[in-house]
Order: sequence, then structure tokens, then C-alpha cells
Amino acid sequence: MSIKTYRRKLDIKSGRVDLSHGAGGRAMAQLIADLFHEALDNEWLRRGNDQAAFDVAGGRMVMTTDSYVISPLFFPGGDIGSLAVHGTINDVAMGGAQPLYLSASFILEEGFALIDLKRIADSMGAAARAARVPVITGDTKVVERGKGDGVFISTTGIGVAPPSLDLSADKAKPGDRVIVSGSIGDHGVAVMSRRQNLSFDTEIVSDSAPLHDLVAVMVEAAGPDLRVMRDPTRGGLAATLNELAQRSDVGFRIEEAALPVKPGVAAACELLGLDPLYVANEGKLVAVVAPSSADIVLAAMHGHPLGREAAVIGEVVADDHRFVQMTTGFGGGRIVDWLSGEQLPRIC
Amino acid sequence: MKYIDEYRDSRLARSLAAAIARTADLSASYYFMEFCGGHTHTISRYGIEDLLPRNIHLVHGPGCPVCVLPVGRIDAAFRLAQRPEVTLCTYGDLMRVPGTKGTSLMNARATGADVRMVYSTRDAVRIAEAEPARQVVFFAIGFETTTPPTALAIRLAARKGLTNFTVFCNHVLTPSAIQNILESPDVREFGRVRIDGFIGPAHVSTVIGTEPYAFFAEEFEKPVVVAGFEPLDVLQAVLMLIRQVNEGRHEVENEYGRAVRREGNQRAKAEVAEFFELRKRFEWRGLGFVPYSGLRLKEKYAAFDAERRFDVEEISAADNPACECGAILRGVKKPADCKLFGTVCTPDTPMGSCMVSAEGACAAHWTYGRFRDQSRKAS
Repeated sequence: MSIKTYRRKLDIKSGRVDLSHGAGGRAMAQLIADLFHEALDNEWLRRGNDQAAFDVAGGRMVMTTDSYVISPLFFPGGDIGSLAVHGTINDVAMGGAQPLYLSASFILEEGFALIDLKRIADSMGAAARAARVPVITGDTKVVERGKGDGVFISTTGIGVAPPSLDLSADKAKPGDRVIVSGSIGDHGVAVMSRRQNLSFDTEIVSDSAPLHDLVAVMVEAAGPDLRVMRDPTRGGLAATLNELAQRSDVGFRIEEAALPVKPGVAAACELLGLDPLYVANEGKLVAVVAPSSADIVLAAMHGHPLGREAAVIGEVVADDHRFVQMTTGFGGGRIVDWLSGEQLPRIC
Repeated sequence: MKYIDEYRDSRLARSLAAAIARTADLSASYYFMEFCGGHTHTISRYGIEDLLPRNIHLVHGPGCPVCVLPVGRIDAAFRLAQRPEVTLCTYGDLMRVPGTKGTSLMNARATGADVRMVYSTRDAVRIAEAEPARQVVFFAIGFETTTPPTALAIRLAARKGLTNFTVFCNHVLTPSAIQNILESPDVREFGRVRIDGFIGPAHVSTVIGTEPYAFFAEEFEKPVVVAGFEPLDVLQAVLMLIRQVNEGRHEVENEYGRAVRREGNQRAKAEVAEFFELRKRFEWRGLGFVPYSGLRLKEKYAAFDAERRFDVEEISAADNPACECGAILRGVKKPADCKLFGTVCTPDTPMGSCMVSAEGACAAHWTYGRFRDQSRKAS
């Protein structure tokens, strides 16, 4: 379909989403063609079907889905569009897989500025192209004003893992090493710095990034000696380690001094009474690796731009209580527990 | 981080710990109460107990602003929040404290009450300015540290001529609480709590100075060392307290000289004096009614007083009978002594206030230190 068939061009500069953009008529078709297809363009979308067909290669299929409801929509180092691509790619990649395709579903609030929507779609397209993982099918819905928060995006990802690899949260064994791929807390601090009632100046930008290339390097280096991989998003590193401890029926012992934390993140957390261990990441992974392969994996990670600051932060231990214990930088011991409720700022 | 990392240095910590071990009399034991929740948090967060000899005991005090707020005041705030015209602004921690019926402000919000978390008193004033049709009530709690910002908010609201901003004042005073503990039968008669000295408040003392503690040191013969909230501050204060005890001294010493002056912050004190006056008595969780321990707005600023505007009645509600918050706040019991601790009461489902705030003794012990209970049971 060519744009000429429409009476008026989509007014991206000053137009807004209205209910007709979700009504299934011409306005919706125009929004999809002029805004989404334009930004995400690829051979599947160009065919204009309600589904995308592709051949399946041999191996283990990996599939995931995730919704993005972030506030604010734009933050230093990214926006909801790039996040929706990176987050889902990473969930596929944490299965040791190479992501192949994404789908994207948009829930738009009536009144949302088309210029912002275009910015988000363009950012999504750029992220998908850079990661070589196209968005091949999608959906758009519009809800009445007040029933959404601008834009919600839901993405599904599909990928293939080598048949020999079976990464799973229940596979950590005592003695295994714990590796993080880089500094923790960057994303959460960058987002918080732009929250309406909390804005502060920081040089920290979100670490939002696709991790599948880094994962490929790690799989290449260690193969089945990789036991578990996770991207510590909401709840931070603390939530991830506690979840692994539960699933694998083990404990963890980590060293605070070994945790990579940027000074800007440490300072912001100090100011707000937060702990970087609980702050979200969007471009970092935690790997549990058999001790014999830890050095090889670490060396391989150091050779990749997203793993340059990778570090061994501790090890898996036998523990009936499944505690995540940490030797503090000060020299004492403490638990790193799950987060309770939301991480709230301290009063004094 | 400059000016922070220096006070968390593990090498200095080891040498201070060694000095403490050398100085402490092995045949004696020492019990020091840290009054402030900030210290409680630091002690747990950095695992300071691991660095101290076994004969030095740290007793957690009542200085956690969220913990000492009695359940009746939480209920009153809950009722305020339920008024359709009211927007209740509060600091984050307070949202999760359960009231009499087990419902918190977070629950109130989920059922439609307009409760908003703010980071500073100014945010509350800003909301009142931006939404003139709403009655904005700031739920003010805390010790001397958080009182001056509340005073400033009232000043700001008065200057802007806001008629829809009020303060639900629950500010309390540290010295009255210390005196109450020292005069309590637990300490004086029954010897249930032994206190050989106090680690004095950090931030509170930046406002009130070190002078107010002189009375306790002298009258009750207990040394007080005002200390900062960093872990090295705590270790240094412990060392200074041991020295005082060993030498039979009971003085007020200031470890936190980088922030605390003897006379405190005169401007902040003057600001508080302008807007607030003493209540004859105020209820504390754990301590009961403590004479002259709380503040309310002066008659002159009645227009900014939520209690006057909304006729908030004084209700005294009982805590959950199985909850040991009261005894824990007085230092009589430790968190693990409470039957509810870690069973039905955890930070996710707090029964008592000590499990809510990160500065509460129970939350700090559950979040950072409960592995020690396990190893104690095992050994």
C-alpha cells in the first residue's frame, strides 16, 4: 500500500493518538504503515500479514515475553522502545540462546503525542537493527485517556540454543563461581534521576544493551560449564541471587569489595538511602559457572565490550537456609535479603 | 566516594577493632545502647558485631522515628487519608506501618485514598500549591532532625498564602526518651536492661548539639559519646565508651566533631521554636506516655495544624498482644526473642513497626543479621 491512497498525511509533528487509531479503520492502518512499519521496516512487516512466517532451524527453541510500563518513558541512555527490544533479547539470551525474532504489542493512551510515539518506534527500530533481531509482527490498541500511562509495550522473543546447553536456575552447585558482567545499578539510578519528584543531576546513563553477543562468547568459552545466567533487572542483583538460591537449594557468599559499582551510582544511592544491590540493571548479566571454567569465561567476557568490567563476586555454598551472605567492604558479615515492598528512601 | 569511603575503610576498621580488644577488660562485660535507628542500621548493615569482642554488647534503643509512632497515630492518619478532600503526604517508610486493623496507608491507597509519598516537606507544599482544591496534609514524624524541615514547610506555605496545607505533627524529642529509659523500672529497679553508656545520636545532635546530654551523663552516671552514622564512627565511639567505663568517667564526648557542635544548629533550633511548642505528654510505642516528649503547632499557626482543622481525636490503641516491639524498643528484648519474629512478622508482612523501617531493630536484624541466629542455634 502506498501513502498516496490516504487523503491526508499522518501529522506526526503535532498529531496525537486518538481512539480512531485503534478502531481498525483507515486511521489505524495509516498509523501502522507510516509510523510503525516505517521505523521497524523488514521483509516480514512489508508483507502486511497478521502473522509472520519463518523457517525453523534445528536446536532448542527458546521463547520469552515481557511487558514494559516504565516511567518516565525517556531516560538517560534509552527509552521504553530500546528497552523493550533489549529486555526481551536478554531474556532469550539468558537461556544461552541466540535471539532470532521479536513481536511487539503497543497499548497507547488516547492523547499521546505522535512525535513521542515516533521517537519510541524509531528507537525500537534502531535497537532491533543494531542487535540484528527484527520485529516481525505486532499489534496496536488504543485505550481512553486516563486508562493507560502514555505507552505500554509488550514484546515476545524467540531464539535458538545449542542442543547441548541447558541453562537453568536450579543448576547452581556448591563451589560454582558467580560472575557479574559489569557495574550494577546504572539503569535504576538513571531512571530515578528523571522521576518527577526526585530529579537530580547525574552523569549516569542506563546500561540498557542487548547481551546476546556477550552470551555467545561465553557459551563458546565454557559450553555446558555455564550453569545459570540471569539478567538482574527489577530487584537488582539481590533478587536474582536469592531466586537462584531458592531454585538451586544452595546459598551464596559474595564479597562487597568485588562488586563493580560506579561512583556516581554509589553517590546517588547514598543520597537516596538505596542499596545498589537492589537497583535495576538492563544490560548486565550474572553467570554461575563451574569453578574449572570460571577463568576462561571471565577472560572471554573481558574481550567483549559489554563484559570488560566482568568480575567474580563470590561463590555458591551449601546452605540449608539458602542465605545470600556478603562480607561487607568493612569486614563484617551480613545477609543480602530479598527486597521487601519497594525500595523506599530512608527518613533520616 | 569522597568523605564517605574514608569512614568505611576495612583496614582502619581492623586496627580499631584491635584497639577495642586490647582496651576492653576481658573479665568485664559492656552494654552500650545505641539510641538511634541510624546506628542500628549501620551496625547490622556492616556486620559490626563481627568485629567486636564477645563481651561487648550493643543494645538497640528506641530512636527509629517510624517505630516509636504509636498505633493510635497511624490510625488517625489512616482516617485523615480516608476523607475525600484530603491528600495525605508522607515519607515512604510510614506507608507500610500497619494500624490497629492491620491496614496500612499503602492499603488505604489501594482502596482509593489519596496518599502520596514525598521525599521532602517541600514536595508536599508544592502539591498544595498545584492542587488548590485538595486539602494537603503532611504526615510529619521524626526526631529533631526532621522537625526543622517541617517548620520550613509551614513558613513557605504561610508565605505563599496557602490555605489548603496543614501538618499532622508527630515530632518527638530525643532527650525526653533517653530520660524515660533511664528512669524506667527496667533499668533502675529490675536490672532487666543493663546500660553502661550511650552511643549518642548523629543527625539529631547536629541540630540540638551535645549540651542536652550533659544531664544524663551526670545525673545517671552514664557516659555518652555522640557518633556519626558511618561504621568507623560506631567503632570509634565504642572504644571511647570503653575507655570512659574503664576509667570510671561519665562524660559527654563528641566523636562526630565533623558535623556536631556543642551548641548545635542555632538557626534550626530557632526555626523550630518559632512554630512548635511542647505537648504536655505524647504517646510512644514501647515507652507509653512520656511527659514533654512531643511537639505540636503553636496557637499562632493553628491554621496549619491538621489536628485542629480536622478535629483529630487522641486515641490510644493497643499493639498486637504478641508483638514485642515495646520491649524491643526499651532494649528489654532482642528481635529474635519475639515469637512473631520471622514467622508471621517479616518485612513483607510486618506486624509491628520495628519490622517496617530499615532502621527498626527487627527489620535490620531480619534483613542483615538473622544468619547469626542460625549459627548460634547450631553451635
